Amino acid sequence: MFQKILIANRGEIACRIIATARRLGVATVAVYSEADAQSRHVALADAAVPIGGPAPRDSYLRGDAIIAAARATGAQAIHPGYGFLSENPDFVDAVTAAGLVFIGPSASAIRAMGLKDAAKRLMSAAGVPVVPGYHGDNQDPEHLAGAADTIGYPVLIKAVAGGGGKGMRRVTRPADFADALASAKGEAATAFGNDAVLIEKYVEKPRHIEVQVFGDGTDAVHLFERDCSLQRRHQKVIEEAPAPGMPAEMRAAMGEAAVRAARAIGYSGAGTIEFIVDASDGLRPDRFWFMEMNTRLQVEHPVTEAITGVDLVEWQLRVAAGEPLPLRQDQLSITGHAFEARLYAEDVPAGFLPATGRLAHLAFPAGCRADTGVRSGDAISPWYDPMIAKIIVHGPTRAVALNQLAQALAQTQVAGTTTNLAFLGALARHPGFAAGDVDTGLIERDLPSLTRTPDPSPQILAAALLASADLPADPLAGFTLWAPLARSLAITRGDTVTEGTLRLTPAPQITLAGETLTPRLPVVKAAGQIHVFDHGTCFSFTPQDPLDRASSAGAAGNATLSPMPGLVKAVFVSAGQAVAEGDRLAILEAMKMEHTLTAARDGVVAEVLVEPGAQVEAGAALILLEDAA
Amino acid sequence: MILKSRIQTGSESFRANRAAHLALLGTVAGAAAQAAAGGGDKAMSRHVARGKMAPRDRVANLLDPGSPFLEIGAMAAHGLYDGAAPCAGVIAGIGRIHGQEVMVLCNDATVKGGTYYPMTVKKHLRAQEIAEECALPCVYLVDSGGANLPNQDEVFPDRDHFGRIFYNQARMSAKGIPQIAVVMGSCTAGGAYVPAMSDVTIIVKDQGTIFLAGPPLVKAATGEVVTAEDLGGGDVHTRLSGVADYLAEDDAHALALARRAVRHLNRAKPATVQWQSVEDPAYDPEEILGVVPGDLRTPYDIREVIARVVDGSRFDEFKPRFGETLVTGFAHVMGCPVGIIANNGVLFSEAAVKGAHFVELCSQRNIPLVFLQNITGFMVGRKYENEGIARHGAKMVTAVATTNVPKITMLVGGSFGAGNYGMAGRAYSPRFLWTWPNSRISVMGGEQAAGVLATVKRDALDRAGTDWSAEDEAAFKRPTIEMFETQSHPLYATARLWDDGIIDPRRTRQTLALSLSAALCAPIEPTRFGVFRM
Repeated sequence: MFQKILIANRGEIACRIIATARRLGVATVAVYSEADAQSRHVALADAAVPIGGPAPRDSYLRGDAIIAAARATGAQAIHPGYGFLSENPDFVDAVTAAGLVFIGPSASAIRAMGLKDAAKRLMSAAGVPVVPGYHGDNQDPEHLAGAADTIGYPVLIKAVAGGGGKGMRRVTRPADFADALASAKGEAATAFGNDAVLIEKYVEKPRHIEVQVFGDGTDAVHLFERDCSLQRRHQKVIEEAPAPGMPAEMRAAMGEAAVRAARAIGYSGAGTIEFIVDASDGLRPDRFWFMEMNTRLQVEHPVTEAITGVDLVEWQLRVAAGEPLPLRQDQLSITGHAFEARLYAEDVPAGFLPATGRLAHLAFPAGCRADTGVRSGDAISPWYDPMIAKIIVHGPTRAVALNQLAQALAQTQVAGTTTNLAFLGALARHPGFAAGDVDTGLIERDLPSLTRTPDPSPQILAAALLASADLPADPLAGFTLWAPLARSLAITRGDTVTEGTLRLTPAPQITLAGETLTPRLPVVKAAGQIHVFDHGTCFSFTPQDPLDRASSAGAAGNATLSPMPGLVKAVFVSAGQAVAEGDRLAILEAMKMEHTLTAARDGVVAEVLVEPGAQVEAGAALILLEDAA
Repeated sequence: MILKSRIQTGSESFRANRAAHLALLGTVAGAAAQAAAGGGDKAMSRHVARGKMAPRDRVANLLDPGSPFLEIGAMAAHGLYDGAAPCAGVIAGIGRIHGQEVMVLCNDATVKGGTYYPMTVKKHLRAQEIAEECALPCVYLVDSGGANLPNQDEVFPDRDHFGRIFYNQARMSAKGIPQIAVVMGSCTAGGAYVPAMSDVTIIVKDQGTIFLAGPPLVKAATGEVVTAEDLGGGDVHTRLSGVADYLAEDDAHALALARRAVRHLNRAKPATVQWQSVEDPAYDPEEILGVVPGDLRTPYDIREVIARVVDGSRFDEFKPRFGETLVTGFAHVMGCPVGIIANNGVLFSEAAVKGAHFVELCSQRNIPLVFLQNITGFMVGRKYENEGIARHGAKMVTAVATTNVPKITMLVGGSFGAGNYGMAGRAYSPRFLWTWPNSRISVMGGEQAAGVLATVKRDALDRAGTDWSAEDEAAFKRPTIEMFETQSHPLYATARLWDDGIIDPRRTRQTLALSLSAALCAPIEPTRFGVFRM
């Protein structure tokens, strides 16, 4: 086993790898960009090395800097996490050339799976079912359109080098094909520097089911499936293991196919075989097809860990250190059911736009696993993926685990940035999802009800009003000899002001629009704001400053008076002219100074009593105002 | 030492006592609610319709949310002036602004326009007296038409009448005790001096007015016709006259400005006593109602009350075996060290001397004194007069009168005769004097007084050789007994401000704690006792 490893990643996955390494007695080296100097993974690691600027290409994608950091700190191996350099075969070669161990598959395995059409051919040859489609090199639009006709609409156009939904288009009729193809190619060229696409059959009620495999270079096992069908625009939202409604026969078939795939490329380490499943007739052993292989640890690996009891990062380290597979296939089994929800800083009502901000508060309930790379006070940086945490629950049955997930999401508290927490909560309570009737289109179909943002309820307002009172922790708080006093409180949320009264009886009670409530919801105060948490939604308020009033601090009288004896140098207004508070009315020269006389309030000039050149006494009325008609 | 209660909370007498106290409390709570309602629903809705806050809401919004409010004279003028002046037309009490204890005085304009009845003046002066003794900043929420004219002879001329208010303001200001006024309504004639005599004055726009003579009087005197706003409104006073310093948009804004003014006072509580962390009593204060007999004539152990008032029910009794009718000892009330002097029967010479000794101890140590007063008086009779009980009693009275440590008196039962003096009755200037609903105060018991008068009369009749039947004697005694019964009632007493208020006995601990905390806002001056007659 290694004594020290370097983690070429950031955020929750870096923290998660550090946790296992620490448990195994392996020292860890973090690398970080300028934006991450104060981040959690840096704080957790035994050592940390800065590797450049905030943009990934200046830091986390700089293989040379990372390898140099590993050598400088004496790390023996590099764990790439997911994303960044995790599936970059050139980096793997460089790591190996530097005399270090890459914790992951070989460069050749990555290359074999890196190009999707080549991977499909390889898999097809190894006896793994693949989706009907065209994976050829002929990228002529006419030819591709012909291939689409052969496959039969609807079809999917996908970037060969793609991932994450980029360069992907669904086409339902031949007439739209040309436009969709052009836009997919354009996007692919921008995103991957490779505009090659493939055409596939579009599966009508598709489920995304993937199988976790683990190889040691010669042998491989699978750790059962994960269902990632709950997606939004090809982005996974909630994952679970095992897949709901999975027949044993199909599970076995998929597992065997996945193991065949891994063996075919001499796979070493953790990998995932993604299948697309046609669920229009339920789950059937002949309705799954190989999509792609992810030659890395997946974001959603914790659900597999939960149901198998295997620490996949531990396996990665042990296998990379030369150990054989820790368990045989017959030693692996499924216990219970697990869910993972991805908590993102994103503005759901605004169309799931990535959000940034400083996390004024972040807390997870006990009883769930929360993999996170941030803490209260940390910033969600615009430079990286805005994921805040993965919330993982594990229960004896799917129904129990789903309840646990809904509870965990309801009790998670995030303030300071908008999140998809309420959306996740709504999903966890979605009846179709609860019934296991999942497909990748569920979210789009029910989007309005899933993304509805409720107005703050009276309980929420009462909790915020109470928090605005800043009650002292004092046994004498609110003491009166007889009846309690009623203290007014006011908070604002956007342009809305809410007022209520507080009575201590001695329990605090808030009266709000005639209703008296005992506040119960959890509240956090941070950075001058009050955050109330209710079912995963964070409602933020600002205490109203009673001194912040449009005050008539100046004179409100009708006459503008000469402040001292002097000479009227200029008059800028005439009778009937409308003036606003602060407008220049006249200039008075006195004591070698020019004094500008301004309107004390908004109004209309009623009369100008002096002319330029006039000598006036102190207190003489110069200009009269009246209220606008 | 933790006191050990001998009370059976399930006993018949416990239940009976509790029922009796709850009945008394019901009466007092009713009076309190009546006082808190001010001038009644109609007047209050008129007041609020003008955009003003209800007087109690003004107090609440001046204070910190969650601030305790130790109200002074909450039932003052109860039953006086045919019930025309609930709460004596002014709310007074101690609360916190930005954590600092302040005295708040708030006119209730729903009560006869906030005019000053004799009890209004007395209450105002009493609140100022507390503020001066405790060095509490004063905030006056002014909304008053000035002296109540039909009662002018009892309001204006004497030393402790209206003019004393401004005298007190000037004297307090001179002592560095801040005076802040918020003009939220009328402030006419003499009343104009409340804001004028203040260090900082805030006035509400289109609502507050300050003038020596209102428009009608001006017209009568000089013929000048002028509106109240032009004569002495907020704009005039903050822009032209400088009588007020800040112009507020409305009540809420004015109170916020007053809070800000207090925030900038730069005051700190002086170091006086060693506070400890607060500990609840080992026995539930709720049980006080069952512990204390409903009838004053039934004796009980005052330690049962102490056990339900002091921190951890811990009481380090001083001289427990000597002069046992007076219980003395050290304890903490919500963290504040106190010396407790409590009656456990009639005062004998030994008890009086012990009391004087204990007052000396506390004075030496700067420990505030708490008197739990339940006293029928000093023992009478030849033996006691001959041994010099008056001399021994005088020692205790001297000690109590001349000590400079804060004294808080809680009238938990009877307060009769000279016992009242030795136990820091009103005349002995305790910082605060609170009473329980079951208490009674008079120079002697009604029966005794009637007996004395009957004896005098019988002696005269005897000399004249006239007969006096038992029925005649009873008829003669009845009015006296009834008068004493009426006049010794705690509501009668508190209506006249012989005390600072009636409290719920279950809240004795909190009331004492707040009283002590307020009293300790002023430094404790060294004590110099008078001559103790030896």
